[in-house]
Amino acid sequence: MSSLSAPPIWRHPEFRNGARDMVGVSLGIAAWGLVTGVAMAKSGLGIPLAVLMSLLVFAGSAQLAALPLIVSGAPIWMVWAIALCVNLRFVIFSAAWRPYFAHFKRWQRMTLGYFTADLNYVVFMKRFPQPRPEPEQMPYFWGGATVNWPSWQVPTMIGLLLGDSIPTEWGFGFAGILALLGLLYSLLSDRASWLAAAVASGAAVATVALPLKLNVVVAIAAAIVAGLLIDHVTPREAKPVVEDAT
Amino acid sequence: MNGWEATIAIIGLAFITVGTRGFFLYPDRDLPLPNWLKQGLRYAPLAALAAVIAPEVLMQQGHVITTLKDARLYATAAATVYFFWRRGILGTIVTGTAVMVALRVGLGW
Repeated sequence: MSSLSAPPIWRHPEFRNGARDMVGVSLGIAAWGLVTGVAMAKSGLGIPLAVLMSLLVFAGSAQLAALPLIVSGAPIWMVWAIALCVNLRFVIFSAAWRPYFAHFKRWQRMTLGYFTADLNYVVFMKRFPQPRPEPEQMPYFWGGATVNWPSWQVPTMIGLLLGDSIPTEWGFGFAGILALLGLLYSLLSDRASWLAAAVASGAAVATVALPLKLNVVVAIAAAIVAGLLIDHVTPREAKPVVEDAT
Repeated sequence: MNGWEATIAIIGLAFITVGTRGFFLYPDRDLPLPNWLKQGLRYAPLAALAAVIAPEVLMQQGHVITTLKDARLYATAAATVYFFWRRGILGTIVTGTAVMVALRVGLGW
């Protein structure tokens, strides 16, 4: 997986930093993975296919959206269309990744792309807010991905195997949302970012009736417009340094 | 779907993961994105987070909740207080989850 020659990427100090920043949110990832695993176990897909799905697809919300369709025997194109819509936010994220990754070969870019789940994206953009390549980025990215992948996959497998004996009604799956909440707070550095977050929240709630989680895409678009507007009307000043909250 | 069809569906889903996450990474040449859009992408991470969180905290079955007897509200409040007090994400998760489970198991909220 290393895209650098010697010394190995895991010896770089930024690898450790990337891993440490991901450990901070991994409890939330784990709780969420566990709940996803239980949901998959209850879906009736069968354990072997569910394990295959988790390991290969590596996209929780797309998996949960596609599962009932697969189980109920919907046409295969419909399964794929639904997953595509649920994953649309990643298309927006990939435009943001481009300036960091553009100098790599295509297969390296696509490998990196596969591992750019939501939290990898948020944590990385917080660490490297300036969209230009830097040598610390690859060790940092792989440090985070090395923690993120098992933090998701292992609890998913546990949830799959234990299924009903896990008391999800206790509500600990909410830890996943709380991890996102902590990350969100750590990104709110100035007035424009608070405003953009408020607009996104409002837009997501107002358009929740849209199918396929398209409300998330609407909310991102609305927040980008709101952020640009406030950037436009406020006089230019030095952006405050993003605080390290992990 | 039989097992083979489901397997093909799952392999297709894996390609969709790569295809969407790598969408703008695939071309070798830079796509001409306007500058304002590049600027605006700075707001995409926090917007995506807020968009996922808000309905999960404030809504129940497609409607904004009207009751105060909902464990999620207190879990979120406790997590928020913890975050702005100590600025640690792990503690934020632990605090909020503890309140959540206590209210769910203890009071049935």
